[in-house]
Amino acid sequence: MAKVLVVDQDKCTACRRCELACSLKHTGEFNPAAARLSVAAFLDDDYYLPVVCQHCDEPACQAVCPAGAISRDEKTNAVVINEDRCIGCRMCIMACPFGAVDYSVAEQKVVKCDLCQGEPECVLNCPWGALEYKEPAGQALGKRLQIARRVQAALREVV
Amino acid sequence: MYGWIGQLLRVNLSSGECRVEKLDPALARDYVGARGLASKILYDEIDPKVDPLAPENKLIFMTGPLTGTMAISGSRYNVVTKSPLTGAIAASSSGGYFGGELKYAGFDGIIFEGKAAEPVYLWIEDGSCELRPAGELWGKNTHETEDAIKAATCPNARVACIGPAGEKLVRFACVINDKHRAAGRSGVGAVMGSKNLKAVAVRGHGGIKVADGPDFRDAVLAALAKIKANDVTHGGLPTYGTGVLVNVINAHGGLPTRNFQTGIFAGAGKISGEALAENYLVRKKGCLACPIACGRATLVPGGPYAGHGEGPEYEALWSLGADCGVDDLAAVTKANYLANELGYDPISFGATLACAMELYEKGYLPAKDTELPLEFGNAAVLVETARKVGYREGIGDLLAEGSYRLAERYGHPELSMSSKKQEYPAYDPRAIQGIGLNYATSNRGGCHVRGYTVASEVMGVPVQTDPQSPEGKAALVKAFQDLTALVDASGMCLFTTFALGAPDVVSMLAPATGVPYTEASGILAGERIFNLERLFNFAAGLTKADDNLAPRLLEEPMPEGPAKGKTSALAQMLAEYYQVRGWDEEGRVTAATRERLGL
Repeated sequence: MAKVLVVDQDKCTACRRCELACSLKHTGEFNPAAARLSVAAFLDDDYYLPVVCQHCDEPACQAVCPAGAISRDEKTNAVVINEDRCIGCRMCIMACPFGAVDYSVAEQKVVKCDLCQGEPECVLNCPWGALEYKEPAGQALGKRLQIARRVQAALREVV
Repeated sequence: MYGWIGQLLRVNLSSGECRVEKLDPALARDYVGARGLASKILYDEIDPKVDPLAPENKLIFMTGPLTGTMAISGSRYNVVTKSPLTGAIAASSSGGYFGGELKYAGFDGIIFEGKAAEPVYLWIEDGSCELRPAGELWGKNTHETEDAIKAATCPNARVACIGPAGEKLVRFACVINDKHRAAGRSGVGAVMGSKNLKAVAVRGHGGIKVADGPDFRDAVLAALAKIKANDVTHGGLPTYGTGVLVNVINAHGGLPTRNFQTGIFAGAGKISGEALAENYLVRKKGCLACPIACGRATLVPGGPYAGHGEGPEYEALWSLGADCGVDDLAAVTKANYLANELGYDPISFGATLACAMELYEKGYLPAKDTELPLEFGNAAVLVETARKVGYREGIGDLLAEGSYRLAERYGHPELSMSSKKQEYPAYDPRAIQGIGLNYATSNRGGCHVRGYTVASEVMGVPVQTDPQSPEGKAALVKAFQDLTALVDASGMCLFTTFALGAPDVVSMLAPATGVPYTEASGILAGERIFNLERLFNFAAGLTKADDNLAPRLLEEPMPEGPAKGKTSALAQMLAEYYQVRGWDEEGRVTAATRERLGL
């Protein structure tokens, strides 16, 4: 199975190093507004979630592109935009359910995560492993264990 | 320019005019940014003898060249002005997201002049700016203000504002940004209030260029590896926050208790970082670009002190806790929330309340002057005065003047635990000698973050020194003060220095700016900044006599614990300090030193 960006929301601290690293890599400047991912930080609720491209098995952005500009890089598994083919119609932005594709004002073009050719800068710069580049297998087990702990606690209260 | 944006915004509040100015590259190179650059501008542009609350004083918000980049903890900006608490220069640093956003919007800093006729706030968006009426915001707390401004401008705006304390000119009012981050000390919020400036809101979509992206990236990753390998920056601070120090400093007999009457607090464990993590911590939180994440998102779920917010940090756990003899963590946390919401410095507030409690205990502050029993250890009084001081209500009006003016009013200024009229933070100089010399010589008065020798004396960073010995402390204090000035000026957070040194700082600063900073020239810039602040203070009328400690620390031996019998050896350290600084016997910066530093 190919690797993707795997997010662990609990580990995120809302420092946004991922956005900064991403923008330097792709634009040569530090500009969170041009990053290919965003930390959705609901600060009043103490909830922070990095929202990233899922590099879907059946990408809506690819299916909707009228110019055939979006394809999968077989080496890295990234869903990437061929800038030479892109006509800038922004259909992909409308189609993506995660907001992973965006129009960069700074660069005047449609942009998305390309997994940095297999070495994502966001992962390198995340201090806490909230972002990992790995096969997305086994993600459920941790959650199942958490649920089981809650069931255990609930049972203790009543039994 | 690289690192720096190259543009400053000058806002004349009297005329309402906003003007964009170019940043002078030579000035940026020599004073780096933030605390350094803003201090230079203040020194050049105002009469140091000006009344701090008069329109002639200026208020400067300034970022550093690393602010908003992915340099380690590159989140900081400074608010620089003449302090209404000390009469000396004030430079208060804050993190969060505001500083970076100011640069993304196209400005390194903002210089506020004059005074608005009516309350206003400044809205900056991608290079454009506008003063807007803030009459409806006046009176609102910092959280309400931020929410209202975001609703009126942009939900993604970053807001720095004052609360009621700043409006009411509480002498230790702060500027709060992102609801929980503070340019905390020396009353910079009162200066903002005196100018009828309620808030600054900013949103930007622009980028920060660096001179050598690949070199900068490599330097950052090397520094990040050091942060992650360090027990403080990747262990103690993220796990327990700065509050991890409560038990440590108490064990050294240096946790000032009941207005510095002793250095050991029996209830320390109850107000420690460990207790906070166990009871109220929701999650750790980082400022922009910070891999340390000492921030505490906390929740007190029920009871009389229920609330939600951030902190308290170590200094507030101490000032609101041990210094007032309070060991109720929920009450301390609630008082800290009130400080953030009403917009004032919890260190100076807690220490001023502790001073009032001792005045009350000794019968100097008569019961008829206060509607509350100001007894040490009274948690309800702590929380009630924490509210009153923000509005200058009743006894709060007296506390709002700070401990020195309060104690002087009742005829006992010696009971104010302060230098240059600013209250000490949470380390007793009788137990930790070097920090006492730093308190006495800090350019903004009693303060730990001008030269945090506790790192060396207690934690062994970068080398262990004996906390109870004054030997070698003059050079140690100077080294910490100069490095700190450089770090503050760069836009990085001081907490990085538990793991990083000057070589690491310049390894990021040089490729970011394209200025070939070396370890030597970086430290020299720090020394230049420190001496410039000193020149401002002496021009403002301060003298050698202000390089002093409260009489208690010099005369009353520590009554118990590891430092039992000790007093501060300030006189010995101070004479040596003037020598290593290149100052004369009266503490004046000599002509030779000025020339060496290009001042």
